Amino acid sequence: MPGIADPTRPSVSLDGPMISLREVRVSYTGREILHGITFDVQRGETLVILGGSGSGKSTLLRTLVGLEKPSSGEVWIAGKNFSAISETERDDIRKKIGMSFQGGALFGSMTVGENVALPLREHTKLEESTIDIMVRLKLDQVGLSGYEQYMPSQLSGGMKKRAAVARALAMDPEILFFDEPSAGLDPIIAAGIDQLILDLKQAFRMTIIVVTHELASAFLIADRMVLINKGDVVAMGTVKEMQNSTHPRVRQFMDRVPEPAVAQELDYLQMLTEQQPRQGSPSPGKSR
Amino acid sequence: MEFARKVGAAVINALSYLGSLAALAGRAAFAAFIGPFLGRPVRFQSAVEQAMEAGVRALPILSLITFFIGLILALQSAYELKRFGALNYVASAVAISMSRELGPLITAIVVIGRSGSAFAAEIGTMKVSEEIDALETMAIDPVHFLVTPKFIAMVFMLPCLTIWANSMGILGGSLFGVLQADFTWTRYIHASLEALFLRDVVTGLIKSFMFGVTITAVGCLEGLSTGGGAEQVGRSTTRAVVVSIFLVILVDLVFTTLFFFLGAH
Repeated sequence: MPGIADPTRPSVSLDGPMISLREVRVSYTGREILHGITFDVQRGETLVILGGSGSGKSTLLRTLVGLEKPSSGEVWIAGKNFSAISETERDDIRKKIGMSFQGGALFGSMTVGENVALPLREHTKLEESTIDIMVRLKLDQVGLSGYEQYMPSQLSGGMKKRAAVARALAMDPEILFFDEPSAGLDPIIAAGIDQLILDLKQAFRMTIIVVTHELASAFLIADRMVLINKGDVVAMGTVKEMQNSTHPRVRQFMDRVPEPAVAQELDYLQMLTEQQPRQGSPSPGKSR
Repeated sequence: MEFARKVGAAVINALSYLGSLAALAGRAAFAAFIGPFLGRPVRFQSAVEQAMEAGVRALPILSLITFFIGLILALQSAYELKRFGALNYVASAVAISMSRELGPLITAIVVIGRSGSAFAAEIGTMKVSEEIDALETMAIDPVHFLVTPKFIAMVFMLPCLTIWANSMGILGGSLFGVLQADFTWTRYIHASLEALFLRDVVTGLIKSFMFGVTITAVGCLEGLSTGGGAEQVGRSTTRAVVVSIFLVILVDLVFTTLFFFLGAH
Protein backbone atom coordinates (compact mmCIF):
# COMPACT_ATOMS: atom_id res chain seq x y z
CA MET A 1 0.00 0.00 0.00
CA PRO A 2 1.56 3.31 -0.94
CA GLY A 3 2.12 6.00 1.61
CA ILE A 4 2.27 3.92 4.75
CA ALA A 5 5.62 4.14 6.46
CA ASP A 6 7.18 1.29 8.35
CA PRO A 7 6.11 1.25 11.99
CA THR A 8 9.32 2.46 13.53
CA ARG A 9 9.79 5.48 15.73
CA PRO A 10 9.26 8.60 13.61
CA SER A 11 12.11 11.07 13.25
CA VAL A 12 12.00 14.27 15.29
CA SER A 13 13.76 16.41 12.69
CA LEU A 14 12.10 19.50 11.25
CA ASP A 15 11.32 17.89 7.94
CA GLY A 16 10.01 14.72 9.55
CA PRO A 17 6.30 13.97 9.60
CA MET A 18 4.08 16.42 11.51
CA ILE A 19 1.81 13.66 12.74
CA SER A 20 2.57 9.97 13.08
CA LEU A 21 0.26 7.24 14.23
CA ARG A 22 1.72 3.91 15.25
CA GLU A 23 -0.65 0.96 15.70
CA VAL A 24 -3.22 3.15 17.43
CA ARG A 25 -6.08 1.27 19.05
CA VAL A 26 -9.00 3.02 20.71
CA SER A 27 -11.76 1.39 22.75
CA TYR A 28 -15.06 2.72 24.03
CA THR A 29 -16.61 0.86 26.98
CA GLY A 30 -14.83 -2.37 26.10
CA ARG A 31 -15.56 -2.20 22.36
CA GLU A 32 -12.60 -1.53 20.11
CA ILE A 33 -13.33 1.20 17.55
CA LEU A 34 -9.91 1.57 15.94
CA HIS A 35 -7.89 -1.59 15.37
CA GLY A 36 -4.31 -0.46 14.97
CA ILE A 37 -4.07 2.59 12.72
CA THR A 38 -0.67 3.54 11.31
CA PHE A 39 0.10 6.47 9.01
CA ASP A 40 2.12 9.67 8.73
CA VAL A 41 1.13 13.18 7.78
CA GLN A 42 3.87 15.36 6.36
CA ARG A 43 4.40 19.01 7.17
CA GLY A 44 2.26 21.30 5.00
CA GLU A 45 0.24 18.41 3.68
CA THR A 46 -3.55 18.23 3.49
CA LEU A 47 -4.81 14.79 4.43
CA VAL A 48 -8.45 13.87 4.02
CA ILE A 49 -9.77 11.07 6.19
CA LEU A 50 -12.63 9.40 4.35
CA GLY A 51 -15.03 6.87 5.71
CA GLY A 52 -18.69 6.02 6.07
CA SER A 53 -20.80 6.61 9.15
CA GLY A 54 -19.55 4.52 12.04
CA SER A 55 -16.25 3.79 10.32
CA GLY A 56 -14.30 5.29 13.21
CA LYS A 57 -13.12 8.39 11.37
CA SER A 58 -14.47 10.80 13.98
CA THR A 59 -12.90 8.73 16.77
CA LEU A 60 -9.64 8.88 14.82
CA LEU A 61 -9.84 12.68 14.67
CA ARG A 62 -10.68 12.90 18.39
CA THR A 63 -7.66 10.71 19.11
CA LEU A 64 -5.44 12.95 16.99
CA VAL A 65 -6.37 16.05 19.01
CA GLY A 66 -6.07 14.16 22.29
CA LEU A 67 -9.76 13.99 23.22
CA GLU A 68 -9.60 10.18 23.22
CA LYS A 69 -6.76 8.23 24.75
CA PRO A 70 -5.50 5.29 22.69
CA SER A 71 -5.64 1.99 24.57
CA SER A 72 -2.40 1.09 22.85
CA GLY A 73 -0.13 2.52 20.19
CA GLU A 74 1.40 5.96 19.87
CA VAL A 75 0.30 9.33 18.51
CA TRP A 76 3.23 11.57 17.63
CA ILE A 77 2.53 15.24 17.01
CA ALA A 78 5.32 17.67 16.17
CA GLY A 79 7.92 15.15 17.34
CA LYS A 80 6.29 14.47 20.72
CA ASN A 81 4.50 11.31 21.81
CA PHE A 82 1.10 12.70 22.72
CA SER A 83 0.19 9.93 25.14
CA ALA A 84 3.47 9.91 27.05
CA ILE A 85 3.97 13.57 27.91
CA SER A 86 3.00 15.73 30.86
CA GLU A 87 -0.16 17.85 31.03
CA THR A 88 1.87 21.04 30.47
CA GLU A 89 3.62 19.66 27.40
CA ARG A 90 0.28 18.47 26.03
CA ASP A 91 -1.15 21.95 26.50
CA ASP A 92 1.88 23.39 24.67
CA ILE A 93 1.14 21.14 21.70
CA ARG A 94 -2.53 21.96 21.84
CA LYS A 95 -1.69 25.64 21.48
CA LYS A 96 -0.13 24.71 18.13
CA ILE A 97 -3.24 22.99 16.84
CA GLY A 98 -6.59 24.41 15.83
CA MET A 99 -9.75 22.40 15.59
CA SER A 100 -12.95 23.25 13.78
CA PHE A 101 -15.79 21.15 15.16
CA GLN A 102 -18.70 19.82 13.13
CA GLY A 103 -21.29 22.16 14.62
CA GLY A 104 -18.80 24.96 15.19
CA ALA A 105 -18.83 24.50 18.99
CA LEU A 106 -18.79 28.28 19.48
CA PHE A 107 -19.50 29.36 23.05
CA GLY A 108 -23.11 30.46 23.04
CA SER A 109 -22.69 32.91 25.90
CA MET A 110 -19.97 34.91 24.13
CA THR A 111 -20.01 37.07 21.02
CA VAL A 112 -18.20 35.91 17.89
CA GLY A 113 -15.37 38.32 18.67
CA GLU A 114 -15.01 37.04 22.24
CA ASN A 115 -14.99 33.47 20.92
CA VAL A 116 -12.06 34.23 18.64
CA ALA A 117 -10.31 36.24 21.36
CA LEU A 118 -10.66 33.51 24.01
CA PRO A 119 -7.50 31.49 23.23
CA LEU A 120 -5.53 34.73 22.91
CA ARG A 121 -6.82 36.03 26.25
CA GLU A 122 -6.14 32.69 27.96
CA HIS A 123 -2.71 31.95 26.55
CA THR A 124 -1.04 35.22 25.68
CA LYS A 125 -0.31 38.42 27.54
CA LEU A 126 -1.30 40.61 24.59
CA GLU A 127 -2.97 43.96 25.17
CA GLU A 128 -6.70 44.19 24.58
CA SER A 129 -6.12 46.53 21.63
CA THR A 130 -3.78 44.03 19.99
CA ILE A 131 -6.25 41.23 20.58
CA ASP A 132 -8.97 43.35 18.97
CA ILE A 133 -6.85 43.77 15.86
CA MET A 134 -6.03 40.07 15.71
CA VAL A 135 -9.68 39.14 16.09
CA ARG A 136 -10.61 41.47 13.24
CA LEU A 137 -7.81 39.99 11.14
CA LYS A 138 -8.90 36.41 11.74
CA LEU A 139 -12.55 37.18 11.05
CA ASP A 140 -11.51 39.00 7.89
CA GLN A 141 -9.58 35.92 6.82
CA VAL A 142 -12.72 33.79 6.91
CA GLY A 143 -14.91 36.48 5.34
CA LEU A 144 -16.75 37.48 8.50
CA SER A 145 -15.46 41.01 9.03
CA GLY A 146 -17.90 43.14 10.98
CA TYR A 147 -19.50 40.24 12.83
CA GLU A 148 -17.52 40.68 16.09
CA GLN A 149 -20.56 41.76 18.10
CA TYR A 150 -22.94 39.05 16.85
CA MET A 151 -23.91 36.16 19.09
CA PRO A 152 -23.33 32.69 17.60
CA SER A 153 -27.09 32.06 17.65
CA GLN A 154 -27.55 34.94 15.20
CA LEU A 155 -25.28 33.32 12.60
CA SER A 156 -26.23 30.84 9.87
CA GLY A 157 -24.71 27.36 9.80
CA GLY A 158 -22.04 28.29 7.28
CA MET A 159 -21.12 31.46 9.14
CA LYS A 160 -20.84 29.53 12.41
CA LYS A 161 -18.34 27.19 10.76
CA ARG A 162 -16.37 30.12 9.42
CA ALA A 163 -16.33 31.74 12.85
CA ALA A 164 -15.15 28.42 14.29
CA VAL A 165 -12.33 28.37 11.74
CA ALA A 166 -11.40 31.92 12.76
CA ARG A 167 -11.23 30.77 16.39
CA ALA A 168 -9.13 27.75 15.38
CA LEU A 169 -6.77 30.13 13.55
CA ALA A 170 -6.49 32.53 16.48
CA MET A 171 -3.24 31.13 17.85
CA ASP A 172 -1.67 30.78 14.36
CA PRO A 173 -1.64 27.00 14.59
CA GLU A 174 0.71 24.71 12.72
CA ILE A 175 -1.91 22.01 12.34
CA LEU A 176 -5.56 22.53 11.58
CA PHE A 177 -8.22 19.87 12.05
CA PHE A 178 -11.64 19.93 10.45
CA ASP A 179 -14.50 17.66 11.47
CA GLU A 180 -16.99 17.35 8.59
CA PRO A 181 -16.51 20.93 7.36
CA SER A 182 -19.26 20.75 4.76
CA ALA A 183 -21.81 18.59 6.58
CA GLY A 184 -25.26 20.17 6.61
CA LEU A 185 -24.32 23.07 4.35
CA ASP A 186 -25.72 23.86 0.92
CA PRO A 187 -23.35 23.22 -2.02
CA ILE A 188 -22.41 26.86 -2.49
CA ILE A 189 -21.54 27.48 1.16
CA ALA A 190 -19.74 24.11 1.27
CA ALA A 191 -17.68 25.13 -1.76
CA GLY A 192 -16.85 28.35 0.08
CA ILE A 193 -15.50 26.37 3.05
CA ASP A 194 -13.44 24.21 0.65
CA GLN A 195 -12.01 27.36 -0.90
CA LEU A 196 -11.20 28.66 2.57
CA ILE A 197 -9.26 25.46 3.35
CA LEU A 198 -7.38 25.75 0.04
CA ASP A 199 -6.54 29.39 0.78
CA LEU A 200 -5.21 28.53 4.23
CA LYS A 201 -3.12 25.75 2.77
CA GLN A 202 -1.61 27.99 0.11
CA ALA A 203 -1.12 31.06 2.27
CA PHE A 204 0.30 29.49 5.44
CA ARG A 205 1.52 26.01 4.42
CA MET A 206 -0.41 24.60 7.34
CA THR A 207 -0.74 20.89 7.95
CA ILE A 208 -4.44 20.25 7.51
CA ILE A 209 -6.42 17.17 8.44
CA VAL A 210 -10.01 16.98 7.23
CA VAL A 211 -12.52 14.30 8.14
CA THR A 212 -15.34 14.07 5.64
CA HIS A 213 -17.48 11.78 3.58
CA GLU A 214 -18.04 14.38 0.84
CA LEU A 215 -16.07 12.99 -2.10
CA ALA A 216 -16.21 16.09 -4.28
CA SER A 217 -14.80 18.25 -1.52
CA ALA A 218 -12.19 15.62 -0.65
CA PHE A 219 -10.89 15.43 -4.25
CA LEU A 220 -10.62 19.20 -4.36
CA ILE A 221 -8.68 19.85 -1.17
CA ALA A 222 -6.67 16.67 -0.54
CA ASP A 223 -3.00 16.04 -1.18
CA ARG A 224 -3.46 12.55 0.12
CA MET A 225 -6.46 10.58 1.30
CA VAL A 226 -6.92 7.73 3.70
CA LEU A 227 -10.02 5.53 3.66
CA ILE A 228 -11.14 4.14 6.99
CA ASN A 229 -13.59 1.26 7.25
CA LYS A 230 -14.69 -0.43 10.48
CA GLY A 231 -11.72 0.92 12.35
CA ASP A 232 -9.03 -0.10 9.88
CA VAL A 233 -7.10 1.79 7.22
CA VAL A 234 -8.34 0.34 3.93
CA ALA A 235 -6.21 2.39 1.61
CA MET A 236 -4.05 5.48 1.57
CA GLY A 237 -2.67 7.46 -1.32
CA THR A 238 -2.82 10.57 -3.44
CA VAL A 239 -6.08 11.65 -5.03
CA LYS A 240 -5.01 10.05 -8.36
CA GLU A 241 -4.00 6.80 -6.70
CA MET A 242 -7.30 6.59 -4.88
CA GLN A 243 -9.32 7.38 -7.98
CA ASN A 244 -7.51 4.68 -9.93
CA SER A 245 -7.45 2.16 -7.11
CA THR A 246 -8.74 -1.33 -7.83
CA HIS A 247 -9.31 -2.15 -4.15
CA PRO A 248 -12.96 -3.27 -3.95
CA ARG A 249 -13.77 -1.22 -0.87
CA VAL A 250 -12.17 1.91 -2.32
CA ARG A 251 -14.02 1.37 -5.61
CA GLN A 252 -17.28 0.93 -3.72
CA PHE A 253 -16.71 4.20 -1.87
CA MET A 254 -15.49 6.14 -4.90
CA ASP A 255 -18.26 4.87 -7.17
CA ARG A 256 -20.89 5.25 -4.43
CA VAL A 257 -22.10 1.65 -4.70
CA PRO A 258 -24.54 0.66 -1.97
CA GLU A 259 -23.99 -2.49 0.08
CA PRO A 260 -25.58 -5.45 -1.80
CA ALA A 261 -29.00 -5.94 -0.26
CA VAL A 262 -29.26 -9.76 -0.16
CA ALA A 263 -25.77 -10.29 1.10
CA GLN A 264 -26.47 -7.69 3.74
CA GLU A 265 -29.30 -9.74 5.24
CA LEU A 266 -27.19 -12.87 5.30
CA ASP A 267 -24.31 -10.92 6.76
CA TYR A 268 -26.64 -9.53 9.35
CA LEU A 269 -27.82 -12.99 10.37
CA GLN A 270 -24.28 -14.22 10.45
CA MET A 271 -23.19 -11.25 12.48
CA LEU A 272 -25.97 -11.87 14.98
CA THR A 273 -25.17 -15.55 15.41
CA GLU A 274 -21.47 -14.86 15.66
CA GLN A 275 -21.60 -12.03 18.12
CA GLN A 276 -24.30 -13.22 20.48
CA PRO A 277 -22.17 -15.37 22.76
CA ARG A 278 -19.40 -12.80 22.84
CA GLN A 279 -21.48 -9.84 23.92
CA GLY A 280 -23.40 -11.17 26.89
CA SER A 281 -23.33 -14.83 27.81
CA PRO A 282 -26.15 -15.67 30.22
CA SER A 283 -24.76 -15.64 33.71
CA PRO A 284 -24.89 -19.04 35.43
CA GLY A 285 -25.46 -17.36 38.79
CA LYS A 286 -28.83 -16.00 37.72
CA SER A 287 -30.77 -19.30 37.95
CA ARG A 288 -29.63 -20.06 41.46
CA MET B 1 -25.26 -14.45 45.48
CA GLU B 2 -26.72 -12.33 42.71
CA PHE B 3 -28.23 -10.02 45.31
CA ALA B 4 -24.93 -9.60 47.11
CA ARG B 5 -23.24 -8.80 43.81
CA LYS B 6 -25.84 -6.15 43.02
CA VAL B 7 -25.53 -4.56 46.43
CA GLY B 8 -21.77 -4.59 46.10
CA ALA B 9 -21.92 -3.00 42.66
CA ALA B 10 -24.30 -0.31 43.92
CA VAL B 11 -22.04 0.50 46.86
CA ILE B 12 -19.00 0.70 44.61
CA ASN B 13 -20.90 2.94 42.20
CA ALA B 14 -22.02 5.25 44.99
CA LEU B 15 -18.51 5.45 46.42
CA SER B 16 -16.94 6.15 43.05
CA TYR B 17 -19.55 8.87 42.46
CA LEU B 18 -18.66 10.48 45.78
CA GLY B 19 -15.02 10.14 44.81
CA SER B 20 -15.62 11.97 41.52
CA LEU B 21 -17.50 14.70 43.39
CA ALA B 22 -14.64 15.13 45.84
CA ALA B 23 -12.10 15.14 42.99
CA LEU B 24 -14.04 17.81 41.09
CA ALA B 25 -14.51 19.96 44.19
CA GLY B 26 -10.83 19.51 44.98
CA ARG B 27 -9.75 20.61 41.50
CA ALA B 28 -12.07 23.62 41.64
CA ALA B 29 -10.80 24.56 45.10
CA PHE B 30 -7.21 24.20 43.93
CA ALA B 31 -7.85 26.44 40.94
CA ALA B 32 -9.67 28.94 43.18
CA PHE B 33 -7.27 29.24 46.09
CA ILE B 34 -3.86 27.96 44.95
CA GLY B 35 -4.00 28.53 41.18
CA PRO B 36 -3.75 32.35 41.44
CA PHE B 37 -0.39 31.98 43.22
CA LEU B 38 0.87 29.79 40.38
CA GLY B 39 0.09 32.42 37.79
CA ARG B 40 -3.30 31.08 36.75
CA PRO B 41 -5.72 33.86 37.68
CA VAL B 42 -9.34 33.07 38.42
CA ARG B 43 -11.95 34.43 36.02
CA PHE B 44 -13.15 36.94 38.55
CA GLN B 45 -15.64 38.59 36.20
CA SER B 46 -17.34 35.28 35.59
CA ALA B 47 -17.42 34.52 39.33
CA VAL B 48 -19.17 37.86 39.96
CA GLU B 49 -21.72 37.12 37.24
CA GLN B 50 -22.37 33.71 38.76
CA ALA B 51 -22.70 35.24 42.22
CA MET B 52 -25.26 37.71 40.85
CA GLU B 53 -27.22 34.93 39.20
CA ALA B 54 -27.04 32.34 41.98
CA GLY B 55 -27.15 34.78 44.87
CA VAL B 56 -28.66 38.18 44.29
CA ARG B 57 -31.36 37.09 41.86
CA ALA B 58 -32.43 34.35 44.28
CA LEU B 59 -33.29 36.93 46.95
CA PRO B 60 -36.96 37.63 46.08
CA ILE B 61 -38.09 34.01 45.96
CA LEU B 62 -35.88 33.02 48.90
CA SER B 63 -37.28 35.90 50.99
CA LEU B 64 -40.85 34.91 50.28
CA ILE B 65 -40.28 31.23 51.01
CA THR B 66 -38.34 31.73 54.25
CA PHE B 67 -40.83 34.37 55.44
CA PHE B 68 -43.58 31.77 55.10
CA ILE B 69 -41.42 29.08 56.69
CA GLY B 70 -40.83 31.37 59.69
CA LEU B 71 -44.54 31.99 59.98
CA ILE B 72 -45.30 28.27 59.72
CA LEU B 73 -42.68 27.50 62.38
CA ALA B 74 -44.26 30.05 64.72
CA LEU B 75 -47.72 28.59 64.18
CA GLN B 76 -46.52 25.03 64.68
CA SER B 77 -44.51 25.72 67.81
CA ALA B 78 -47.28 27.89 69.25
CA TYR B 79 -49.66 24.94 68.90
CA GLU B 80 -47.60 23.04 71.46
CA LEU B 81 -46.30 25.97 73.53
CA LYS B 82 -49.80 27.31 74.13
CA ARG B 83 -50.61 24.24 76.24
CA PHE B 84 -47.89 25.24 78.67
CA GLY B 85 -48.79 28.89 78.53
CA ALA B 86 -45.34 29.54 77.11
CA LEU B 87 -46.25 31.50 74.00
CA ASN B 88 -43.40 33.94 74.66
CA TYR B 89 -40.99 31.14 73.76
CA VAL B 90 -42.21 31.26 70.15
CA ALA B 91 -39.55 33.82 69.30
CA SER B 92 -36.66 31.67 70.49
CA ALA B 93 -38.12 28.51 68.95
CA VAL B 94 -38.33 30.16 65.54
CA ALA B 95 -34.93 31.86 65.79
CA ILE B 96 -33.09 28.74 66.83
CA SER B 97 -34.70 26.33 64.39
CA MET B 98 -34.29 28.83 61.54
CA SER B 99 -30.62 29.54 62.06
CA ARG B 100 -29.52 26.05 63.07
CA GLU B 101 -31.48 24.06 60.54
CA LEU B 102 -34.17 25.46 58.30
CA GLY B 103 -32.41 28.62 57.13
CA PRO B 104 -29.45 26.73 55.62
CA LEU B 105 -31.60 23.87 54.37
CA ILE B 106 -34.33 25.91 52.68
CA THR B 107 -31.68 28.16 51.14
CA ALA B 108 -29.88 25.13 49.79
CA ILE B 109 -33.07 23.71 48.30
CA VAL B 110 -33.99 27.00 46.63
CA VAL B 111 -30.44 27.29 45.25
CA ILE B 112 -30.53 23.68 44.00
CA GLY B 113 -33.71 24.45 42.10
CA ARG B 114 -32.39 27.68 40.65
CA SER B 115 -28.66 27.14 40.20
CA GLY B 116 -27.73 23.48 40.67
CA SER B 117 -30.06 22.55 37.84
CA ALA B 118 -28.84 25.49 35.74
CA PHE B 119 -25.20 24.40 36.16
CA ALA B 120 -26.03 20.90 34.95
CA ALA B 121 -28.08 22.22 32.02
CA GLU B 122 -25.48 24.80 30.98
CA ILE B 123 -22.47 22.49 31.17
CA GLY B 124 -24.48 19.58 29.74
CA THR B 125 -25.51 21.63 26.72
CA MET B 126 -21.90 22.69 26.23
CA LYS B 127 -20.85 19.06 26.43
CA VAL B 128 -23.42 17.98 23.83
CA SER B 129 -22.48 20.78 21.41
CA GLU B 130 -18.77 19.89 21.73
CA GLU B 131 -17.95 23.17 23.47
CA ILE B 132 -16.22 21.33 26.33
CA ASP B 133 -14.13 19.44 23.74
CA ALA B 134 -13.36 22.77 22.08
CA LEU B 135 -12.05 24.13 25.39
CA GLU B 136 -9.81 21.10 25.79
CA THR B 137 -8.39 21.36 22.28
CA MET B 138 -7.64 25.02 23.02
CA ALA B 139 -5.64 23.89 26.07
CA ILE B 140 -8.17 25.52 28.41
CA ASP B 141 -9.08 23.38 31.42
CA PRO B 142 -12.90 23.14 31.54
CA VAL B 143 -12.81 22.81 35.33
CA HIS B 144 -10.76 25.97 35.72
CA PHE B 145 -12.79 27.82 33.09
CA LEU B 146 -16.33 26.75 34.01
CA VAL B 147 -16.46 25.11 37.42
CA THR B 148 -14.15 27.33 39.46
CA PRO B 149 -16.11 30.60 39.03
CA LYS B 150 -19.32 28.79 39.97
CA PHE B 151 -17.58 27.21 42.93
CA ILE B 152 -16.31 30.55 44.24
CA ALA B 153 -19.69 32.20 43.71
CA MET B 154 -21.55 29.44 45.52
CA VAL B 155 -19.34 29.07 48.59
CA PHE B 156 -19.56 32.83 49.13
CA MET B 157 -23.20 33.33 48.26
CA LEU B 158 -24.74 30.41 50.12
CA PRO B 159 -23.71 31.63 53.61
CA CYS B 160 -24.84 35.15 52.65
CA LEU B 161 -28.19 33.89 51.44
CA THR B 162 -28.51 31.82 54.61
CA ILE B 163 -28.09 34.88 56.84
CA TRP B 164 -30.75 36.62 54.78
CA ALA B 165 -33.01 33.56 55.01
CA ASN B 166 -32.60 33.44 58.81
CA SER B 167 -33.62 37.07 59.11
CA MET B 168 -36.62 36.65 56.84
CA GLY B 169 -37.69 33.57 58.82
CA ILE B 170 -37.51 35.53 62.08
CA LEU B 171 -39.49 38.30 60.42
CA GLY B 172 -42.13 35.77 59.38
CA GLY B 173 -42.30 34.45 62.93
CA SER B 174 -42.65 37.96 64.30
CA LEU B 175 -45.84 38.42 62.29
CA PHE B 176 -47.43 35.70 64.36
CA GLY B 177 -45.75 36.93 67.53
CA VAL B 178 -47.16 40.43 67.15
CA LEU B 179 -50.63 39.44 66.01
CA GLN B 180 -51.24 36.49 68.32
CA ALA B 181 -48.73 36.38 71.17
CA ASP B 182 -48.73 39.90 72.61
CA PHE B 183 -45.26 40.74 71.33
CA THR B 184 -44.31 44.14 69.97
CA TRP B 185 -41.98 44.12 66.93
CA THR B 186 -39.00 45.30 68.92
CA ARG B 187 -39.64 42.90 71.77
CA TYR B 188 -39.95 39.98 69.34
CA ILE B 189 -36.72 40.81 67.55
CA HIS B 190 -35.04 41.36 70.89
CA ALA B 191 -36.27 38.01 72.21
CA SER B 192 -35.00 36.29 69.04
CA LEU B 193 -31.56 37.83 69.35
CA GLU B 194 -31.51 36.98 73.04
CA ALA B 195 -32.21 33.33 72.32
CA LEU B 196 -29.52 32.98 69.65
CA PHE B 197 -25.98 32.12 70.49
CA LEU B 198 -23.24 32.86 68.00
CA ARG B 199 -22.74 29.09 67.86
CA ASP B 200 -26.23 28.56 66.43
CA VAL B 201 -25.60 30.95 63.57
CA VAL B 202 -22.07 29.76 62.89
CA THR B 203 -23.00 26.07 62.72
CA GLY B 204 -25.71 27.00 60.22
CA LEU B 205 -23.21 28.95 58.14
CA ILE B 206 -20.67 26.12 58.18
CA LYS B 207 -23.40 23.81 56.94
CA SER B 208 -24.43 26.24 54.22
CA PHE B 209 -20.81 26.49 53.05
CA MET B 210 -20.71 22.71 52.72
CA PHE B 211 -24.06 22.78 50.91
CA GLY B 212 -22.56 25.25 48.44
CA VAL B 213 -19.66 22.88 47.74
CA THR B 214 -22.04 19.93 47.35
CA ILE B 215 -24.51 21.68 45.03
CA THR B 216 -21.78 23.02 42.75
CA ALA B 217 -19.95 19.71 42.59
CA VAL B 218 -23.09 17.72 41.79
CA GLY B 219 -24.44 20.21 39.23
CA CYS B 220 -21.13 20.51 37.41
CA LEU B 221 -20.31 16.79 37.56
CA GLU B 222 -23.72 15.90 36.15
CA GLY B 223 -23.20 18.46 33.39
CA LEU B 224 -19.72 17.21 32.57
CA SER B 225 -20.83 13.57 32.45
CA THR B 226 -23.73 14.25 30.09
CA GLY B 227 -23.79 11.76 27.22
CA GLY B 228 -24.66 12.57 23.64
CA GLY B 229 -28.00 14.06 22.68
CA ALA B 230 -30.33 16.77 23.93
CA GLU B 231 -32.49 14.41 25.99
CA GLN B 232 -29.40 13.58 28.04
CA VAL B 233 -29.20 17.20 29.15
CA GLY B 234 -32.69 16.91 30.63
CA ARG B 235 -31.70 13.71 32.38
CA SER B 236 -28.54 15.31 33.82
CA THR B 237 -30.55 18.28 35.07
CA THR B 238 -33.07 16.05 36.83
CA ARG B 239 -30.32 13.93 38.31
CA ALA B 240 -28.48 17.03 39.50
CA VAL B 241 -31.55 18.19 41.44
CA VAL B 242 -32.39 14.80 42.95
CA VAL B 243 -28.82 13.90 43.86
CA SER B 244 -28.15 17.40 45.26
CA ILE B 245 -31.19 17.31 47.52
CA PHE B 246 -30.23 13.87 48.78
CA LEU B 247 -26.59 14.78 49.37
CA VAL B 248 -27.43 18.11 51.01
CA ILE B 249 -29.61 16.28 53.50
CA LEU B 250 -26.87 13.70 54.04
CA VAL B 251 -24.28 16.44 54.62
CA ASP B 252 -26.78 18.13 56.95
CA LEU B 253 -27.14 14.94 58.97
CA VAL B 254 -23.39 14.42 59.21
CA PHE B 255 -22.70 17.96 60.34
CA THR B 256 -25.67 18.16 62.71
CA THR B 257 -24.46 14.94 64.36
CA LEU B 258 -20.96 16.34 64.52
CA PHE B 259 -22.13 19.60 66.11
CA PHE B 260 -24.36 17.71 68.52
CA PHE B 261 -21.46 15.72 69.91
CA LEU B 262 -19.06 18.64 69.81
CA GLY B 263 -21.61 20.76 71.68
CA ALA B 264 -22.20 18.09 74.32
CA HIS B 265 -18.69 18.37 75.68
